[in-house]
Amino acid sequence: MRLPIPALAFAAVAVAFFALPLVGLLWRAPWSGAWSYLTADGALTALRLSLVCSLWATALSIVFGVPLAWALARTSFPGRGAVRALCTLSMVLPPVVGGVALFFALGRRGLIGQYLDRWFDVQLPFTTAGVVVAQTFVAMPFLVITVEAALRQLDLRVEDAARTLGASRWYTFRRVTLPAIRPALVAGAVLSWARALGEFGATITFAGNFPGTTQTMPLAVYLSLETNPEEAIVLALVLIAISFAVLVGLRDRWFGTRTTVAA
Amino acid sequence: MSLRAVVALQLGTLDLDVEVEVRPGELVAVLGPNGAGKSTLLRAVAGLQPLDRGVVEIDGRVVDDGDEVFVEPEHRPIGVVFQQYLLFEHMSVLENVAFGLRARGVRAAEARTRAHDWLARVGLDEYAGSRPRALSGGQAQRVALARALATDPRVLLLDEPLAALDVGTRAAVRRDLRQHLASFEGMRLLVTHDPVDAHALADRVVIVEDGRVVQAGTLAEVTARPRSRYVADLVGVNLVRGAVTDGVLRTAAGAHVVIADAPAGDCVAVIRPHSVLLTREAPASSARNVWPGVVVDLDRRGDRVRVDLDGPLPLTAEITVAALDELDLRPGDAVHAAVKATDIEVAPT
Repeated sequence: MRLPIPALAFAAVAVAFFALPLVGLLWRAPWSGAWSYLTADGALTALRLSLVCSLWATALSIVFGVPLAWALARTSFPGRGAVRALCTLSMVLPPVVGGVALFFALGRRGLIGQYLDRWFDVQLPFTTAGVVVAQTFVAMPFLVITVEAALRQLDLRVEDAARTLGASRWYTFRRVTLPAIRPALVAGAVLSWARALGEFGATITFAGNFPGTTQTMPLAVYLSLETNPEEAIVLALVLIAISFAVLVGLRDRWFGTRTTVAA
Repeated sequence: MSLRAVVALQLGTLDLDVEVEVRPGELVAVLGPNGAGKSTLLRAVAGLQPLDRGVVEIDGRVVDDGDEVFVEPEHRPIGVVFQQYLLFEHMSVLENVAFGLRARGVRAAEARTRAHDWLARVGLDEYAGSRPRALSGGQAQRVALARALATDPRVLLLDEPLAALDVGTRAAVRRDLRQHLASFEGMRLLVTHDPVDAHALADRVVIVEDGRVVQAGTLAEVTARPRSRYVADLVGVNLVRGAVTDGVLRTAAGAHVVIADAPAGDCVAVIRPHSVLLTREAPASSARNVWPGVVVDLDRRGDRVRVDLDGPLPLTAEITVAALDELDLRPGDAVHAAVKATDIEVAPT
């Protein structure tokens, strides 16, 4: 089908809107000094911290998010809509607000945090674990809504078929349900990971900005913008390159696959 | 050693309360219109739908009593062929058939060997590595059957196994299914809305309407003595067996029946009583089949009358009371029965 010319024009503007900031960065990038900025100790530390924390956040999102999505998709209880809204609230909340909320819940004087501190000697704020908590808080909803949608589309009778063949609920989940929603699971995990990698507001509010401990790439970019704009550009480009590579790499392999069952 | 299911449950607008028994080696067809509760009955036997009241007993073991006892589907000695077959799309055909064995803890190598055997039995071993979506409807059904039988169930449940197929392939698949079902020695419970399936496959029928059993018995019994208009419409049909050559079915008694679709070999032709036209004189019409006959019995049901005819081709016709009055038929009267070839359904046996 051919799109009408005005629609194409608007689409082209949209593409330009996303491409131009990237071009702007490339245009201003200090190509000669890029390597030294990149290999500087602070930059590598921030990059490593970003990758480690975002992967942890993704893992936690999967471990807790898949059961949550399953419960939302398959069970029916009063107030389910409210629970779903609550669990996806952090998608629309300003991340800084999320960070403040986390602080009053899990901080040393917080609702839960005071007991974590007193009984287990665990402090989350201003630690690397705190970064993971902040990232998981904002990232998990992306996985939950993606996986929940896939679970809803799945034909429940396929699971019935598995049960009649002698498969327990758990075996059915592992061998039938999970493979069927795998594309959505991967998509959700990638979205969560991307969100965690770019996390800024909740992280800086809840975990602070300590190089080596809580200073992730977005924080490093923001901070260096004031002291050394050229370094900020290089770090930003690295962040963009990583995200872009992952999205492109996964897109063809996973996102195009449709979840269907035998007819 | 049998299957006994007394199933009472409410599900939405469905109020189901039926009793079905399948004896060893028997194939019982539950026949009824869509929405009658047939599939729900099957799901209750499979353990996919708990009972409100009643009991499901397989080989003397209670698997659901609507109260304390409820055996999960995976622990019941059953196999199910679903209407849409519900093969696992992300697995190969072989993995589909091996699934039940793997789920029961059979080691991978042995499960594969046994799955291969089953695929060979249904003639599809060459598709072992294919994905289910590469199969035709009839092939998918055979894989579903092999998958259900691979775990060696005591009871095989079939939910409308032919409904997902187009009319063109249905007859051939039905013949295959009949063959494969005959080689399974356990109990078989088939659910269908198509009386032809029941005629071709079942030893006994249980007719369910609006969640209640309206009649049960052997096909011959039910066909000969339909207890209600509904049953009469559903199964009270004329079955004419014979050999087909060149679009003509010849019965053992020597009668000829012209049919529209032309398979070959031994077939059963289904002639519905309401498509039989009765006249006093030999009619000059487009009907391809006209047989002489003698009225032997009249059975009035509401505003319809079932007329039993004897002759080279014994038939039951159904006409209105008004038509009966006009023809003024009495037992012993000679009539002509006419049927259009296109009104006759033919199934290979």
